[in-house]
Amino acid sequence: MNARSFPFLSALFSLALAISLLSQSAAPPSLTLLSKDGRRPLPIVMAGDQEFIGLDDLAGAFQLAVHEESFGAITVSYKGKTIVLTPDQTLASVSGRLISLPAPPVRRGARWIVPLEFISRALAPIYDVRLDLRKPSHLLIVGDVHVPRITVRYDPLGAAGRLTIDATPRANSTVTQEGEHLTIKFDADALDVPNPPLPPPGSQSSPGLVQAVRVVDATTLAVDLGPRFAGFRSAAQPVDTTMRLVIDVVAAQTETTPAPQPAPAPDLPGAPAPSELPPALNPPSASIRTITVDPGHGGDDEGVKGAGGAKEKDLTLSVARRVKAVIEGRLGIRVLLTRDDDRNVPIDERTAIANNNKADLFISVHLNASRRRSASGASIFCSAFDGAAHATADSSGAERLPTFGGGLRDIELVPWDLAQTRHIDQSTTFAAILEQQFRGHIPLADTPVDRAPLRVLESSNMPAVLIELGYLTNADQEKLITGDAFQNAFVQAIYEAVVRFRDALAEAATQ
Amino acid sequence: MTARRALAIAGLVAVAMAFVWVIQTAPRWRSTTRAVAPPSPTAPAPPGRKIKARLFYISESGTKLTGIERDVAYAENAAEQAHEIVAAQVDPVAEPLVSALPAGTTLRALFLTDNGQAFVDLSREVVVGHPGGTVSELLTVYTIVNVVTANLPAIRSVQVLVDGKEVDTLAGHVDLRRPLAKNLAWVQ
Repeated sequence: MNARSFPFLSALFSLALAISLLSQSAAPPSLTLLSKDGRRPLPIVMAGDQEFIGLDDLAGAFQLAVHEESFGAITVSYKGKTIVLTPDQTLASVSGRLISLPAPPVRRGARWIVPLEFISRALAPIYDVRLDLRKPSHLLIVGDVHVPRITVRYDPLGAAGRLTIDATPRANSTVTQEGEHLTIKFDADALDVPNPPLPPPGSQSSPGLVQAVRVVDATTLAVDLGPRFAGFRSAAQPVDTTMRLVIDVVAAQTETTPAPQPAPAPDLPGAPAPSELPPALNPPSASIRTITVDPGHGGDDEGVKGAGGAKEKDLTLSVARRVKAVIEGRLGIRVLLTRDDDRNVPIDERTAIANNNKADLFISVHLNASRRRSASGASIFCSAFDGAAHATADSSGAERLPTFGGGLRDIELVPWDLAQTRHIDQSTTFAAILEQQFRGHIPLADTPVDRAPLRVLESSNMPAVLIELGYLTNADQEKLITGDAFQNAFVQAIYEAVVRFRDALAEAATQ
Repeated sequence: MTARRALAIAGLVAVAMAFVWVIQTAPRWRSTTRAVAPPSPTAPAPPGRKIKARLFYISESGTKLTGIERDVAYAENAAEQAHEIVAAQVDPVAEPLVSALPAGTTLRALFLTDNGQAFVDLSREVVVGHPGGTVSELLTVYTIVNVVTANLPAIRSVQVLVDGKEVDTLAGHVDLRRPLAKNLAWVQ
């Protein structure tokens, strides 16, 4: 890459970004190459519904050699590596390996155009600098440039509100108040802001609190505050590859909160004002009153069977009963088992027991298996959701409903099988505490804490983890896990983890 | 231009011509009428025509997958190619390789959608022969998901079907009600 071909334009980045964002509605947009040296636009050509780019433009930007062979094929070469494209074919050969494109190359006059995906699927594998195509935002990141994707969500919390700003990959940020704005400065080279740029915050839900969120410059966002804004509190926490910044904004106290519908039972004494209602987004519980422990499998579903004859369904029930006895006896916390005998309980019913009893914590107990007999160690799983699932959960919206005693409350509507999305941060915290308590007391797997799309966790409307005690397919592990010493150590670790988690929730609630 | 360079270009042109010829002349092996169509003398692809595909097997640790490059029969379009790759993945293997797919599992069908989803229909042995366990089930599922998405980048997600039907899980753990995206975290 020729450094001089990308003049440094950081001073103009804000204007360029604004133009880029504004131009999203004008077809066709351009693809912005972003490198350490600056920015450079490449024109996008529309063919049908597909976005294409000229091979000659790519050749100029990336020093490629493009040849149209006499037999019709088009070869694109870079430092001895070759891409072979064929007109009317969506398959291409990249250094001998087949890849698929969403559309075949198209001739436009004297030039050839290829789908944008050509960059990520064909060019990136042979190019010696990292190419990261961000198609939704029409960005092409070239080389080691830190450009986190930014997503902003606003959730009304009664009279207050919460801004959740995710930066992926992680980027630290600082939040400062400057007059009627909050300024969020990210530690990054640039920001990848989606199209449409930033959704308007829920101004209908919290009128006069937050007016807008907008891009200020290459690495800065601003939150425009409304007249009712009284203060804010921010905290950042890593979640996988994302740095999640949560800004809670609170409103100045006012004498009335407009209610669009008549509040029921207005004559009840002591009815709370709407502004005093608890927030709607299932905030961290200040205490743990109920825990649901789920012994995996049961009945004709025996789960894993060990070489020595141990059955997963029996061990999980045995351990779950011990956990219940210790936690109820020492902490006075109610512990519900999803089954207390040898029967098959459907997965949804297990979760329903926890949800219907408003449990504050869900712990599913299982034993692992591997076709490699040497696999060993305990592991803790939290739920994993892909971006589409999060989008579904986030787009489900809220409904304002009257509450008993007067006032209104925003009720979040989340699909049953995505309930865990609201609690994933707390689940991760509990998993980390569990790992610390297990370490040194029971053998751990190489990756003690992991995420996976596990059915029993996804519908849990509370912090939830699935614990694999160890591998029953490993004879040594089977012998260990069936012993009292192991089970006692495990139960003690669970007990201590619950105490620490309860304390952490209480501390968070007082801050 | 040196003779060596000319030779290299000639070789490249020969490979490209063969590629174009195969694309333009190879039949659609897996059309829906394949089972009843009479054998055609032009039906087989050129013998020995292969591509490199990355197949996945259980790692030495038993808790991850490991990728192995294998020659797989070339096919003329993405759907056919995906079928060939998954069929190769499902084939039994000998030690030291260990498959995360239960013995006897076969590929019944494979479909692609226009929006980059694949539906992989496996035989019931993938359920009845499964040993259970969260990690074991994850390795089974991501063997299928990753072998499709890692070898065919146009396919972004995979939904596993069993005996032609959607299933909740294979062994009580991994949610299969939705297509799953590639996850190379399970590959060491």
